[in-house]
Amino acid sequence: MNGIVISGGRVIDPAHGLDRETDLFIVDGRVAALDQAPAGFAASVEIDAREKWVCPGLIDLATQPREPGQTQKASISSEAKAAAAGGITSFCCQPNTDPVVDLPTVVELLRRRSEEATAARLLPLGALTQNLSGEKLSAMAALRDAGCVAMSDGGRPVVNSQVLRRALEYADTFEITVILTPRDPWLSEGGLAHEGAVSTRLGLIGIPEAAETAALARDLALVEQTGTRTHFGRLSTARSVELIAQALDAGLPVSADVAAHQLFLTELDLWDFNHDAYVQPPLRTVTDREALRRGVASGAIGVICSDHQPHDPDAKSGPLAAIEPGISGLDSLLALVLRLVDEGLLKLPQALATVTCNPARVLGIDRGHLAPGAQADICVIDPHAVWRLEGANIRSRGRNTPFRGWEFTGRATHTLVDGRLVFSLDHAG
Amino acid sequence: MNLQLDEHGRLRHFLSTEGLPRELLTQILDTAESFSGVIGKSVKKVPLLRGRTVMNLFFEASTRTRTTFELAAKRLSADVINMDISTSSAVKGESLLDTLRNLEAMQCDMFVVRHGDSGAAHFIARHALPGVSVINAGDGRHAHPTQAMLDMFTIRRHKGEFEPLRIAIVGDILHSRVARSQIHALNGLGAGEVRVIAPRTLLPRQVEDLGVHVYYDIDQGLRDVDVIIMLRLQKERMAGALLPSESEYFRRYGLSAERVALAKPDAIVMHPGPTNRGVEIEAGVADGPQSVILEQVTNGIAVRMAVMSLAMGATGERA
Repeated sequence: MNGIVISGGRVIDPAHGLDRETDLFIVDGRVAALDQAPAGFAASVEIDAREKWVCPGLIDLATQPREPGQTQKASISSEAKAAAAGGITSFCCQPNTDPVVDLPTVVELLRRRSEEATAARLLPLGALTQNLSGEKLSAMAALRDAGCVAMSDGGRPVVNSQVLRRALEYADTFEITVILTPRDPWLSEGGLAHEGAVSTRLGLIGIPEAAETAALARDLALVEQTGTRTHFGRLSTARSVELIAQALDAGLPVSADVAAHQLFLTELDLWDFNHDAYVQPPLRTVTDREALRRGVASGAIGVICSDHQPHDPDAKSGPLAAIEPGISGLDSLLALVLRLVDEGLLKLPQALATVTCNPARVLGIDRGHLAPGAQADICVIDPHAVWRLEGANIRSRGRNTPFRGWEFTGRATHTLVDGRLVFSLDHAG
Repeated sequence: MNLQLDEHGRLRHFLSTEGLPRELLTQILDTAESFSGVIGKSVKKVPLLRGRTVMNLFFEASTRTRTTFELAAKRLSADVINMDISTSSAVKGESLLDTLRNLEAMQCDMFVVRHGDSGAAHFIARHALPGVSVINAGDGRHAHPTQAMLDMFTIRRHKGEFEPLRIAIVGDILHSRVARSQIHALNGLGAGEVRVIAPRTLLPRQVEDLGVHVYYDIDQGLRDVDVIIMLRLQKERMAGALLPSESEYFRRYGLSAERVALAKPDAIVMHPGPTNRGVEIEAGVADGPQSVILEQVTNGIAVRMAVMSLAMGATGERA
């Protein structure tokens, strides 16, 4: 019985409260055993993990690999490889591709491209409504059967409350998780920045907090009405954290995530029209950032995502009103999460949970943990590696990152997907 | 690092009145003062920018501003090219950067840029070749620094020092690049008190952070001010549910002779133009003895000559 052994590492599996130095054995793409090799095991590959951490591969709930439709920005292959180099083994693809992921044939295309990439695995999100237009329900059961792990309209709000209510009810019928990013289309219309001191100085149309909280309050009322499992993605305001915490206290079936950049940057980073810090929802105030951090620490916000949006240089060239929002985030997700540990906000297992077992639980998939029998999606981290996000260290095709030049401690050295080594730092250029 | 200044702290681009040292703002006014003498003469030209090419890049229509920039450049003996981009390549899908590169290939020394998007002039300045200066002639809601400086010039001519002055800016602050640049210039020059007067719908969030006192009631806000600056109210604001009607606006915020009387007796009335008579200002006030609106237009030429020559490092030759 041939397999892979990852030896001598500190194995951290937050899902099971495991944290000790030991060996991990992989056979047939699954975790076969810890501590002791299974009977008849012969190592065809040994990964020396002494002085390293061995943890479940990261699961990223929000990315846009841009394929199909915008392959001038990135492709599933390029971004799956970048993800793997960042310790990410699964990444959810937003349905806002061209064509939109509202038909099983598009899901099939995504699946094939993902397989060809032989890197991190793409998890498709299906459209909640046809063509993301917020009018008619998508064939969500068929999309689920084709491989979609949840339904979402991406960043597009379902404006009509009746349509959203029906969509939630229909999804619940098939036990499908819905992911919503709350945004009031009128309060955010034309907005380029958080409405506050910076938008006022720069003369940019502001997006008030209420653009998010008014929509979130409505969405929560509909979750309460329908009882549908709903995840709220990419929250940006302090008040949203409160609303989610209240909903959890009330026993609603909700969860929430925050984009990693929201935990490190604020509206001030947009100063003097810095296009790399132009995102939707916008970077907000220091108060919001601190509240989001506390929300992650308290567990109200259980997941940190990259909200990866790679762009070609042209898409970021011009005044903010003429360019596209978004940060290329795959390369910095793990590093930023580890930085939260260095800064004392989170304990290491808790930090890893926000990008492993917690997102797996949101999607209801049996990944993101290391119990014997689990799919061997594994990330080996050198916690001492000091590196800088620049040049060849930006592996995504999108080089649009406000973290360029930041120095980080800790990076992925090996990434395994289904027991296959898809990234090794030693062999990377 | 301020994009507008070179390593010696001299003006390289003029993009915003925010963050410029007081000495530099004063230098612009002093330089403009020296040019205003030239304008009065029968031969209205000085040779400071002879052989230089200034390109007026207007992505947004404007008659007054473009004309005064053109006159200013010509009086400095520069060659001037007017590019009305709103009707040319930009609408054909050429990116701003492409347009810029193509125009740079024509070897010009200065771009005067007006654009509907906030930050456009910053973007162009950031990508301009070394040695090319960029003057912001208005970008979105962000800044219109030469307008603000000609207003400062007009105020100084009438009032002398800025420290004792109380200035009220009335109207649509939210959408106004002029107001933002005026506020930064007034505070940079040490004005005693800057007030803004408007309904909440026309005030940007946290406007007090710009260094102003906010008044919702115009009759209170105008009391004892030395300078009244009225802003133009665009007709489309009614459609955006920002105001009920023009007549209601005029009743609450329009400048009438009675309201002018609330200010100091020698207060001056200003407006960046063009005025909407009967909407934000009464015709009698716009044409009245305290109005300096036409002077503002005249002063625009000297101030723009000053800014252009300073940004091109051409002032040393003036004596």
